This record gives sequence, C-alpha cells and structure tokens, in this order.
Amino acid sequence: MKKIILIIAFISLLIVIAVGSLSQKDTEPTTLMKLKEKYSRKEKPSVDHSKFAILQQKFTSPQQVTEACESCHNLTAHQVMNSNHWNWEREEFVQGRGVIYLGKANAINNFCIGTKGNEESCAKCHIGLGLDSKGKLSTDPKNIDCLICHDNTESYAKAPEKGGAPLPTLDFNKIAQNVGKPKRSNCGVCHFYGGGGNNVKHGDLELSQFEPSKDIDIHMAADGMNLQCVDCHTTEQHNISGKVYSLSSMNHNRNTCEQCHTTNPHKDDILNEHTLKVACQTCHIPIYAKGNATKMYWDWSTAGKLKNGEPYIEEDSMGNHAYMSIKGSFVWEKNVRPDYIWFNGTASHYLEGDKIQDTTKPLVLNQLHGSYADDESKIYPVKIHIAKQPYDPVNKILIQPKLYADKVGEGAFWKDFDWVKAAEVGMKEAGLPFSGKVSFIKTEMYWPINHMVASKENSVQCNECHTRDNSRLAGLKDFYMPGRDYSAIVDSGGKWLLILTIIGVLIHGTIRFYSYRKNKKEVSK
Amino acid sequence: MSKKRVYIYKGFERFWHWMQAILIFFLAFTGFEIHGTYSFFGYRDAVRYHNVAAYMFIALIVFAIFWHLTTGEYKQYIPTLKNIKAQLDYYLFGIFRNAPHPTKKTVLSKLNPLQKLTYFGLKILVIPLSVTSGLLYMFYRYPSKQGIEAINIQSLEFIAIFHTVAAILLVAFIITHLYLITTGETVTSNLKAMLTGYEELEEDKKDEKIDVKNLSTEKLD
Repeated sequence: MKKIILIIAFISLLIVIAVGSLSQKDTEPTTLMKLKEKYSRKEKPSVDHSKFAILQQKFTSPQQVTEACESCHNLTAHQVMNSNHWNWEREEFVQGRGVIYLGKANAINNFCIGTKGNEESCAKCHIGLGLDSKGKLSTDPKNIDCLICHDNTESYAKAPEKGGAPLPTLDFNKIAQNVGKPKRSNCGVCHFYGGGGNNVKHGDLELSQFEPSKDIDIHMAADGMNLQCVDCHTTEQHNISGKVYSLSSMNHNRNTCEQCHTTNPHKDDILNEHTLKVACQTCHIPIYAKGNATKMYWDWSTAGKLKNGEPYIEEDSMGNHAYMSIKGSFVWEKNVRPDYIWFNGTASHYLEGDKIQDTTKPLVLNQLHGSYADDESKIYPVKIHIAKQPYDPVNKILIQPKLYADKVGEGAFWKDFDWVKAAEVGMKEAGLPFSGKVSFIKTEMYWPINHMVASKENSVQCNECHTRDNSRLAGLKDFYMPGRDYSAIVDSGGKWLLILTIIGVLIHGTIRFYSYRKNKKEVSK
Repeated sequence: MSKKRVYIYKGFERFWHWMQAILIFFLAFTGFEIHGTYSFFGYRDAVRYHNVAAYMFIALIVFAIFWHLTTGEYKQYIPTLKNIKAQLDYYLFGIFRNAPHPTKKTVLSKLNPLQKLTYFGLKILVIPLSVTSGLLYMFYRYPSKQGIEAINIQSLEFIAIFHTVAAILLVAFIITHLYLITTGETVTSNLKAMLTGYEELEEDKKDEKIDVKNLSTEKLD
C-alpha cells in the first residue's frame, strides 16, 4: 500500500514539473527585449529639408536661415523664447523663499562664478544669435539660433566671445538643408564643455560620449543601443525634460530611468525592494569621469600669478590644467567613485547677494534636500565639487567678479589680474554692494550623477555597500544597514560570552580528563 | 541493576534534531557573514542562502511542534526545579569524582532538570526571538508612502540587534551543548544514542527518580 502511494506521488510530481516547464514555451518578452525592439527602429523623418525651395536660396546671415525655418514652423519661436534654454532662468519654488526666477542669469556656481558682466563670453553656448554687451536678450524671433540644436552636418559652430553669433565661414545652405532631430553632437557641444572645458562641471558628461563605447555608457554606446540625448530627454514644444540641480529647485519635469524601465526592473525581489530607497543611478553608475578626468577642485585664491608679467598655464600628469593664471589651481580626477547623499528632488540655492551665515564652514551653493526619514528621498550618487571663491568679508556676500573683457583696463580679471578691480566692476554690473575687500571662502556644489551607466555586470555589487570597511555608503549615518552597522555593545558582549563559554568548557574538560585518570588509577590500586 | 538497550529517540526526533543542527550551523555561518563578521560566500549569496535556510528552519519548526504536540513529547520539556541543585552539583563536583548521574534517564523522562530548563528557555525565548526578529528582518519594508502590504517600521536597527543577540545566544548554547554530549555514560554514548536512537539504560520499569538526599557528596566520598 505504502509503495503504491509513493509511486503515485512521484509520478504526479513528474507530471506537474513536465506541464509547468512545457507550457512556459511562449514566454512574454521582457522589458529589456521590448526596449531593444523599440529603439532598434530608426525613425525616418517625414520631410526632406533639402528639397524645400525656401532652403535653396543663398543665405548670407544666420538670421535669414531662422526666418526661413519660421516661415513653416510658425509657432516654434514662441515656444523657444519661453524655454529656459532661451531665458537662462525659469520659475522655481524654493522652500522658505517662495517663487523665484533661477538660472544661469542669477545663480552663482563653483566654476566661472556667474554670468553677470561676462555674458558675451558665456553666450557662445546660447541658443540666441546675439546678446548685446549688457547681456540683454533679443526679443526678435529672427535671433533664435535653430541650427545650434538642429544642424545634423556637425559643421555648425559658434564664434568665441561674439554674443552667440556663429562662425562667419559656415555653409549655411548645406546646414539648413540638413536639419533634423538633435543628436548627441548638438547637445554635447555645449553640455560636455560647461564650465570652460571638457568635463569640467558634470563629471558624467564629456566628449567621450559623442561616440561612447559600452564601457562608457551602456545606453549611448555607438556599438549598442546608440541612444541619443533626446531619446531620454523627451521634449514637448521645445521644453526639454530633465534638469541639473545646480540651477533647479523643484521636483518636477525630471528625467527618470523609470521612463523606460519599471520601478521593479530586477528578477530578484531583494534588489527590487532597494528601489524604494536607492536610486537606480546609485548601483548602476559605479564610477564617473570614465573617459577623461573631471575637475574636482578649483581654487580661485591662487589666480593672478604671472611669469615675466605674462599669464601662464601648468599641466598635471594627465595633461589637464593644474594651474592657470586667469583661473587659479585645479585638481582633476579620473574614474571617480561618487559620493552618496539622500535626495528628494528639491534643492535650495545661494543666489547673488545672499548673506553668508557662517563664513567658517564651507558654503554650499546648491543644498540638495533629503534624509532617510523622508519618504520622498532616495540615495543618489553625486559629484561634490569644491572651490575657493572670492567673497566680501565685510558685506558677507560672494563676489561676482568681472572676468572677461576685450581689452586691458576695463577691470576684467582675465586681463588685469586685480581682484579688487574685478570685484568692483563685477559687483557694480550685478547691482550689489562691495566693501573694497576681497577674501576667499570654501564653496561646495553637488552634481547628481546620471550618465555613464554601466552594464549590469559592472554595476555596484552588494558587498560594496554592505561592508564594515570602506562602504560606499559609509557617509550616510542616519539608518541601520546590514553588513555595515552593528551594536558595539552587543558585538563585544557577544564576543566575550563566547570566549568565556569556550574557556569554561576547556577548563571543565581538562579537570574531567585528569580526575578520570586519577579515579582510574585509584580503582586499579 | 542490569542494563538494557532501549529505543529512546524516535526516527522523526532524530531527523528533527540533526536537521535543526545543520540548519542552525548554516544559519549562523551565513548570518555572521551578513552581519559583517567575515566574508566567505560573498554578501549577496550569503543573504540568499540564509533566507532559504531560514524558510527550511521555519518549516522544520512547524513539523516539530506538530510532532511534539501529537505525541505528547512536549511534556519532556516542562521545566522542574526538582533535582536542579543535584544536577548542578553533579556538573560542578560529582562529575570529577566519577559519581553517577543524579537523574535517571528513561523513555518517559529523557532530559535531566538542567536540560529541561535550558531547552525550555531555547524553545520559548531564544528560538522565538530568533525567528520573529528574522521574519521581521525579511519582511521589513523601508518607510514608504506607497503603502506596501507589509510592515512599515522606522528602522531596522532594533530588529537587527535582537536577531544578533539571539544568534550569539544560540552559538553559546551550541558550544556548551557540544561539550556536554561527552558527559554521558561514556564519552560517545550520548552521540550514539542521538544517531541510532538506542541507548543503554538501567532497567527499571517504573519511572522513578533517585532520592536526592541519599546522593549527598559525603556519601559518595
């Protein structure tokens, strides 16, 4: 009887396994498969710009090209002129501050400090064709620079320090007939070089991403999915999603990994659970500045040294500028392990003219908000950029120096190398008070790391955080993490309990052993 | 008194005991790796294995409880204060003088009073502490507004610390337990009994206890 039951049980188990494994033949395509399918289809433009009659005419100025564009795209100018790309600011709500207009126009950063008084130089990345010397934006829609974003020939280029005008030598006809969806080259030409050179600002955006390998970025890899910036930074009416927290304060219009991947992208539930408190980037971007070094430290206080009355440049071992008379000393790093912070998508900023509360501590220029206890917060990787910047020790405000000018004698630091003069002119143009004294203060900026995503094999492994020594999350102390944290009392108490137990057992065993031998002898006597 | 080979540990009981031993060893080994004490499997695998072993351990406990209740064997663990001093005296003094065990092992009373007390403590304190803190650890959810259908606790800290305490107590128990195995009739008799189920016991039909008063150390000298 028993045997029959056993045989029946065994056979039915086999049937269940067989049915289970055979019926799973038509598996659902995974998210990754669907995504690959979706992005492998190359979009075909619905028009061929080279065939339009209006683009056959001989263009002599970039404004003529824009006019031609706007004759068909007749609602676009309005969209562009309302975008933050055009205005250098956007409406933001900052807690404790209310609604402010924040952007390159009035923010202070750790790099060239601010745009005031330096607009003509900064404008080589602007999407307008001409800023006047006061930095005023043109209100004429003919001055929108369509080509800087939409040129697909990769030949369009801005002239340096000309308020946003292109090089005069360009073939506007060829460029105008070859416009299209922005490519990595269109975005990268500005965003990879922010702050005055390749990879100065972000650390995760640099020239190696024009044609990246899979090691640099698994999504953008030219030999892989070959995603372009605008594939993720989706755009509606020229309002591009995604933003950088050096200038943004609100948790909205952000770009997220979940746009394509779900909130539960892993097969392993333990990993999925991490997504509640850990941003995708934290595990999937183990290092940044993979292709070229990024600037980690900028010390303005050493700027202005001259050799034989001339400014000079020194390079570090990687060939990056270690010292520039016009800018000061730099520290560059390559393949950097990010710092980690709690971040809920909101930030507050130091704005032009804000009083510095405590001049003994580093001044954080963009404070990112978040904590473990905050439901909205997740752990994010960041680049922390440190600088030493000029400030007015009497008025306790950061100084906006005049940096760029055409000629010596206008007070620009890059020509005259005089902090007091540069501060005086810069502060006057910014409409801020200046006491006549210049000191230097340590400032910090937090740059969330979002690009240079690694393959899943190269992502951060469990034990890189869950470890007592050198944990990636060693700096985040406001929660208990298995593998990293423990109670010192319980651990040392436990250690002593076990040691004493073993000692007790050994003593007891030894006495037993000898008394057993003694008793045996006595018995044999 | 003559001795007789008696079947004292039943098949399931032995299976349960050894399975439990293996699982506790494995849980302790992987657990202390997760705790950060050392690194062997690697953190990720240690967590995986620990979780699988934990489910097996819980399943085993459920079967064991069922078995103990249905067979009435649970009565073996009801603690008693009777003879506790004699048993302590035995381990602290008598054992060195070749004195006999103060309590007699029978099928109906296979545990001495100290064992009863210790195992009772394990069953109602240490194992439940370990299992509940372990389950909370597994099903712990980060504070979340999404209303995940499980427990929302502000911090893992207390859960983790209780779980560690239970683990340390279990390890201390195991060290002592392993040593006390050797204190049977011969050094290996207890181990043999737990493997085969049979042990040489003094033949006595009645379940009686040795009179404590007659067992004073004076008399043994």
